[in-house]
Amino acid sequence: FLYVHRDPMLKKRDDFEDILEERRNCSDLRYALKCYTPVVYKGLTPCKAGVLKNMVLQSDQLHYVINQVSKETGKAPEDVQEEASAILEEMAHRMQLSTVRFFAFTLCKVFKTLFRSICVNEEGIQRLQQAIQEHPVVLLPSHRSYMDFLLMSYILFTYDLALPVIAAGMDFMGMKIVGEMLRMSGAFFIRRSFGGDKLYWAVFSEYVKTILKNGLAPVEFFLEGTRSRTAKSLTPKLGLLNIVMDPFLKGEVFDINVVPVSISYERILEETLYARELLGVPKPKESTSGLFKARRVLSEDYGSIHVYFGQPVSVRSLAEGRVNRCQFNLTPRHIPKRPSDDVHSFVNAAAYRLVRAQEENMVLKPWVLLASLLLQNHHQDLDQDRALTEEALWLRDVCRQYGAFLHWPDHVPPSEVVSSSLDLHRGLVRISEGRVRLAVEHAGPSEEQLLNQAVVVLSCASYRNQALHVFLRPALLASAMHIATSSNKQEVFNSFSFLRNMFSNEFILCPGATMQDFEEACFLLVKTGVLQITEQEVLSTHRGHRTLAFLTRMMDPFLQGYQVICMFLCEEASEALTEKTFIPAVRGFMVKQLLSGRLRYTEVLSSDLQKNALAALLRLGAVLKTKGYVDY
Amino acid sequence: MASNSSGGSSDRQRIAQQRLSIIAGHLQRPEDGEWAIGAEECKAQGSKPNVSSKGRTVPRRRQEIMKWNGWGYVDSKFQFNKKGQAEFTGKRYRLSGMVMPALKEWFESTFGASLQHKTPASAIPNSSAVQPPILNEAFVEDLKSTGIPFSQDAEDRVFRAHGHCLHEIFALREGKVGRVPDMVVWPSNHNDVVKIVELACKHNVCLIPYGGGTSVSSALECPPEETRTIVSVDTSQMNRILWIDEKNLTAHVEAGIVGQELERLLNESGYCTGHEPDSMEFSSLGGWVATRASGMKKNIYGNIEDLVVHIRMVTPQGVIEKSCQGPRMSTGPDIHHFILGSEGTLGVVTEVTMKIRPMPEYQKYGSVVFPNFEQGVACLREVLTLITNVFAGHALKPQKFYITKFKGFDPNRLCVATLLFEGDRERVLQHEKQVYDIAAKFGGLAAGEDNGQRGYMLTFVIAYLRDLGMDYYVIGESFETSVPWDRVLDICRNVKERIIRECKERGVQFPPLSTCRVTQTYDAGACVYFYFAFNYRGLSDPVHVYEQVEHAARDEILANGGSLSHHHGVGKLRKEWMRETVSRVGMGMLKSVKDYVDPGNIFGNRNLL
Repeated sequence: FLYVHRDPMLKKRDDFEDILEERRNCSDLRYALKCYTPVVYKGLTPCKAGVLKNMVLQSDQLHYVINQVSKETGKAPEDVQEEASAILEEMAHRMQLSTVRFFAFTLCKVFKTLFRSICVNEEGIQRLQQAIQEHPVVLLPSHRSYMDFLLMSYILFTYDLALPVIAAGMDFMGMKIVGEMLRMSGAFFIRRSFGGDKLYWAVFSEYVKTILKNGLAPVEFFLEGTRSRTAKSLTPKLGLLNIVMDPFLKGEVFDINVVPVSISYERILEETLYARELLGVPKPKESTSGLFKARRVLSEDYGSIHVYFGQPVSVRSLAEGRVNRCQFNLTPRHIPKRPSDDVHSFVNAAAYRLVRAQEENMVLKPWVLLASLLLQNHHQDLDQDRALTEEALWLRDVCRQYGAFLHWPDHVPPSEVVSSSLDLHRGLVRISEGRVRLAVEHAGPSEEQLLNQAVVVLSCASYRNQALHVFLRPALLASAMHIATSSNKQEVFNSFSFLRNMFSNEFILCPGATMQDFEEACFLLVKTGVLQITEQEVLSTHRGHRTLAFLTRMMDPFLQGYQVICMFLCEEASEALTEKTFIPAVRGFMVKQLLSGRLRYTEVLSSDLQKNALAALLRLGAVLKTKGYVDY
Repeated sequence: MASNSSGGSSDRQRIAQQRLSIIAGHLQRPEDGEWAIGAEECKAQGSKPNVSSKGRTVPRRRQEIMKWNGWGYVDSKFQFNKKGQAEFTGKRYRLSGMVMPALKEWFESTFGASLQHKTPASAIPNSSAVQPPILNEAFVEDLKSTGIPFSQDAEDRVFRAHGHCLHEIFALREGKVGRVPDMVVWPSNHNDVVKIVELACKHNVCLIPYGGGTSVSSALECPPEETRTIVSVDTSQMNRILWIDEKNLTAHVEAGIVGQELERLLNESGYCTGHEPDSMEFSSLGGWVATRASGMKKNIYGNIEDLVVHIRMVTPQGVIEKSCQGPRMSTGPDIHHFILGSEGTLGVVTEVTMKIRPMPEYQKYGSVVFPNFEQGVACLREVLTLITNVFAGHALKPQKFYITKFKGFDPNRLCVATLLFEGDRERVLQHEKQVYDIAAKFGGLAAGEDNGQRGYMLTFVIAYLRDLGMDYYVIGESFETSVPWDRVLDICRNVKERIIRECKERGVQFPPLSTCRVTQTYDAGACVYFYFAFNYRGLSDPVHVYEQVEHAARDEILANGGSLSHHHGVGKLRKEWMRETVSRVGMGMLKSVKDYVDPGNIFGNRNLL
């Protein structure tokens, strides 16, 4: 137990600057047409888009794979080369300053209508500017909204920084004009799945590496792979991270700077959209007309956005002592190889670390705390002025003690903070006669009513989820104490370890860090006077009861969700399930349980939770996946 | 190919004379057209027994002509004169007596050094500063009876206790002396060495062979933990060419001969070896064999392992040699390869039969400027078969203006390749044209013969420059590696950057000099030299900082697919990386050879393993 915890309260975080403020006072057109001369990578040899394509097509890597594919398929190398060229054509960005300016102009208008402010930490911008000059840069923003990458480019343009090329999902391409415009503002498109397609992978990875190695532009992608519908961080995807680290590991660049960026929305544009999606109402296909229908969205107030550019992380220092770079000495570097075990675990650990860095710098609004409280009390009304405000202030203090990046305006009276938060999210709450509760009708016997209720609950949960990473470790400990048969320290640790293992598809828990997480949880709870820990025992204090109750209640919906899924697998799923039918079957089972009152938390209807639980059970060997069907 | 009579003897003589003046061009200053050494006419007949060595030899008391705490001859060094201009003293080199006004500016701007801040070397330590010798009396008695000269003089011993690593020279300049040999012995032939090794085994004393003393791998440092008598076996008096075989184009030479003398003596007979390492003025044939040396003309003549036909080495188990001089054998692993690179851990190399070649009829220098290092390397790769050197970022004087102004070359990025063509006149001119044509493809511009020759001269005087730096708070060194072609640019960039970064992290106050050049080319890769120097004002332990940075740079080299060493060897400086370099089994093989050949660790310099 040698874990030394840095005091989270001492963590210095930068101040924010509202970039919309200036826009409200002067011409958007002048802004969009401003002189744009970003600093560039010191080793940059500038080249045009066509040159970039040639570099990719003529690279040794691609040549090797083209010949390989040609041998395997019997196609002529020229034909495979053609294919590669076509893939590249479909993929490549065509950044154009004029389009960027057009976007800058339009986004100005849009942002000013939608948001009160867009706050950016300028010190982060300065660090980024420095980083861009020194080494190739990879930008890793969190992904909660379609807005994310437009917003990123907008900010970089505003600060006169090099515009990134952005890995975007192919589904955007469906939007004819918008897709092309995104391409011209620096997006490149990748297919969602291309598992076995060697050629596609080779073109794609070479394209990204060529941009990165030559420092042509910062490369931006989403570590989480897709937008998180729950506002929880998603388990990082390693594909692109592997690709961008490769040039460093193979010595093709001296170093690479990876910059985690945390984008927090006070109110998410896709709020109810996500909730519906999680409940199984299919996701509307991205289409240009669909986007315009979303114009209704424009008339609402979405509060403010906080964008925090984190400390650039040097891949070289991450890899120091973890990866033996000599392993690349014995085969030509252009021959594609599966990452070795140590490279894989290094990239995986780095990915978790970077997602954690995103989480830590997420700005939490007061509403996040209110949502947590309202969810826990959603069967009863709370007195707004006394009960809710008092609870919120208590939670605010706990939150701060845990080192959360909480944006609570201390100069405003607490009751005003609460009421303005409630006002912004008035769609999710009911206020009558000074009493507040979630906007859920008391569920009648119908499934439809239940789903309507669930939409609100899940929307609300997505705000609570923003704070989950703050409470996660203490909450796991609190639940562990709850389920442990005694207060014996080893026993509590075992329960903690079990829960942590169970939930490691649900939350961001770094692989192999059970001990650190336990230590951190103990540290925080002891520090705040909730627990007393002796050599042998973990004991709760009298005044710690309130915190422990809050923390266990926070975990409850997840615990119950996993339980009910196990129940379903034991009781109902007698026939072999396929992956496709699993979700609807589970959902049906849950609805029955909810309607009969045997289940308490509507939240369990989230398909995200159901998928995570299945993945966890698979991982733990409780469920087996066989060819063609799922067995258990 | 052998001595063809078509030339006639006067022609032969003329060529030899020309060749000598070229060697003199970069080694020695011509003395008003009058040459002390005349080219000797060769008769096309069998072997010539006992070719005499009437020229200079390395004296037993080396300190009389060579610096005891720096590079080269006592009379030759860079210094700033009273006007603050740099000059090179003495009469030995083309540069000698010249004043170089630009050097001061370069020196000051590159290192942030100042002539006001001096760090002079201390005087030669008196014998009281040197530990008294540990003497094995019985050994000394027996040695006396053999009549082989030896010495226990402190100066003699200190002189042979070091090579030319930065830390070794730095310590000497501060007057610090560690463990030194207890005696120096000067065998004059193979049989003397046999006697010495027998006596050493009999009395259990430690022998450390000493050739030219130009090691840069801590190979000559005496292990401080050695409690036996350490005897430095100075081979400098074994310096004769024993015979030349013109039919087979070989020469049998005693291994203590130094490079310049070997070349001079062979030239007298119209031959050369073509082995020209940068240290050839001082380094010895035996040392080349023991370290797997490489010369800058290796593309035409080969490295030392290509040049030796036969090696004779005295070990504690007896003499090892092959039974014939066949040009190649399939007789199991080549035993020469146990000797080549053994770094004095197995025995003393006493005699070597080497390939020789008639001296080239015609020689021409040249140089090419490239817009950047990348283009230069790409060109070199294509020109492969010729002797070429690439200097990165080495600025030129005369054409600099033209090149940067009219050709748009960036003066901070341009790179110069120096060229040397050898062979018959027609072929040289043809080759030259080919090379310049290739160079043009890579954006190269011919930059004249002078620059080429200057480039070559620089390789000989560069070691003297370090001594100048050390007078003014600047320390530095060069180190080398070999690397596949596809890695050359990556390794250069990454190692240079690593050096700069490490210096910053370790508190070096001034930006360091961190540069590199490609010095040798092979089909499968190249040899890369790194030059690293910095101004150490403000550091309390500059040598330690230097060593940490060099260590980090070596890690970086290995991580980028470079070798532990191309030709400097391992010594004690790079021992820690040997296992990962040659694998555990490889280490076991080397160890078992050592265990068999020298079970008593008589050759106890503790290099390599």
